[in-house]
Amino acid sequence: MEHLTKLKAIIEKYLPEDVDVASIQLESKFIEELNINSAHLVDIVLDVEDEFDIMLENEDMDKMKSVQDALSIIEAKIKAA
Amino acid sequence: MGRRVVITGMGVCSPLGNTLSQFTTNLYEGKNGIRFWEELAALNFSCQLGGKPDLSEIELTNYFAKNQLNGLQSTGIIYGMIAATDAATQAQIQPSDSTNWNLGVQFGTGISGVAKFREAIYKIDESNVRRLGSTSVYQTMSSGVSALIAGKYGAGNVVATNSSACSSGVEALLLGFERIQHGKATQMLVGSTSDSGPYIWGGFDALRVLPRKYNAEPEQASRPMSASASGFVPASGAAAFVLEDLETAQKRGATILAEIVGGNVNSGGMRSGGSMTAANPEGIQRCIQAALNNAQVEAHQISSINGHLTATTKDSFEIAQWKEALGLAAADFPPINSFKGHFGHALAASGAIECVGVVQQLVTQQRFGNRNIEEVHPQIVHLVPEEKITFSSSTYPQNYIIKASFGFGDVNACIIFKHYQNT
Repeated sequence: MEHLTKLKAIIEKYLPEDVDVASIQLESKFIEELNINSAHLVDIVLDVEDEFDIMLENEDMDKMKSVQDALSIIEAKIKAA
Repeated sequence: MGRRVVITGMGVCSPLGNTLSQFTTNLYEGKNGIRFWEELAALNFSCQLGGKPDLSEIELTNYFAKNQLNGLQSTGIIYGMIAATDAATQAQIQPSDSTNWNLGVQFGTGISGVAKFREAIYKIDESNVRRLGSTSVYQTMSSGVSALIAGKYGAGNVVATNSSACSSGVEALLLGFERIQHGKATQMLVGSTSDSGPYIWGGFDALRVLPRKYNAEPEQASRPMSASASGFVPASGAAAFVLEDLETAQKRGATILAEIVGGNVNSGGMRSGGSMTAANPEGIQRCIQAALNNAQVEAHQISSINGHLTATTKDSFEIAQWKEALGLAAADFPPINSFKGHFGHALAASGAIECVGVVQQLVTQQRFGNRNIEEVHPQIVHLVPEEKITFSSSTYPQNYIIKASFGFGDVNACIIFKHYQNT
């Protein structure tokens, strides 16, 4: 749960002004639903790396369609570390 | 003759203030915007002075979307957005949901986001290119400032950046002027910006063209046209203008600040005394004369001149070219001023920031006095009467003001503004 809170705080920084923070849900899709552009997704990946002290590969990023996808990747990486 | 072009909004982010009223009052009162910077002293600069806008009271979320502020390091982009937003607000142009095909953006700059570029270079050299982040490109591309401004207002006409060293600002105004004059746009957000700091100013320190003796007296360091002028003080900031065709402005009931009646840009070709760093005198004269022709204004109609006049040994050379180009007797030479004595030389931003002062002289019917001239340079006294330079700020009838900027590469730009009477 703590991981999700941290992830939400990162996503919030890149939300467009017309998207409410409350709309960040586990099933939310970054691009289609949260209206985060692909350039900002790059920044989210970098912030996630810093926050969780992990490294995300390009393939990980390709799989990150929703908040749940991101959370699963983060938790897998932490476990593997 | 094409369509008439007027100014309906201005914004300024400068070492002398970030609002029009503050900037204008400080120009009139002869205030100083140049400060000593510990950072430059620590880096062993000979000139440890500079002019920077003070952003401590500025709420950046009034100018940027919150997610644009993550990792924003390009001071030029910050200054440019502040100036452009304030100009648009004064002109009552609001951000819109749809594209405005008749609104263009033309912003000049010499370079963008050097601090961001430095960070990127370090990361690349550490084989860490994957960690540059998404904004490295637009923060360091020259047209980044124009792109951000255009995005805010949905500008769908030309969106571009011009770069011609220290003449970039006046050039941007003229590019916007011509586009509207030729009917290719109805509104143009134009201006120029320049980053702050050692990575911008270092090259000039190395050229030994900055004053070295005034680090303890920053308020006295910039001395255009003075016998004791010893170099220009580097500065930074931005200014922006909303240009508009007269008919559109009148139809929507906009307040008109001034009219742009003409101008010209050229180069001396780095021949006949011109070089990378010096101007071909004939180039300057031709530029001024072509501006007058373009505006259909006679030299004797000029109320005053705002020069490039950076406070180097070239000031007397510049006055000589004005005198030759205008062809007036010494007694009829218009009063001439330089705002660089107040806040230094803002490089690519200088032309735009100084044009704000010029337009404010027309709006307020005042002239702003020069700073730091206890003794006019003897070569200038030889050319024009001293009272054309040593006047203090006062009420003064201003109808046409001519302004020029010159830049590295032997490039020149000259523009003529006219007083506009709103009825």
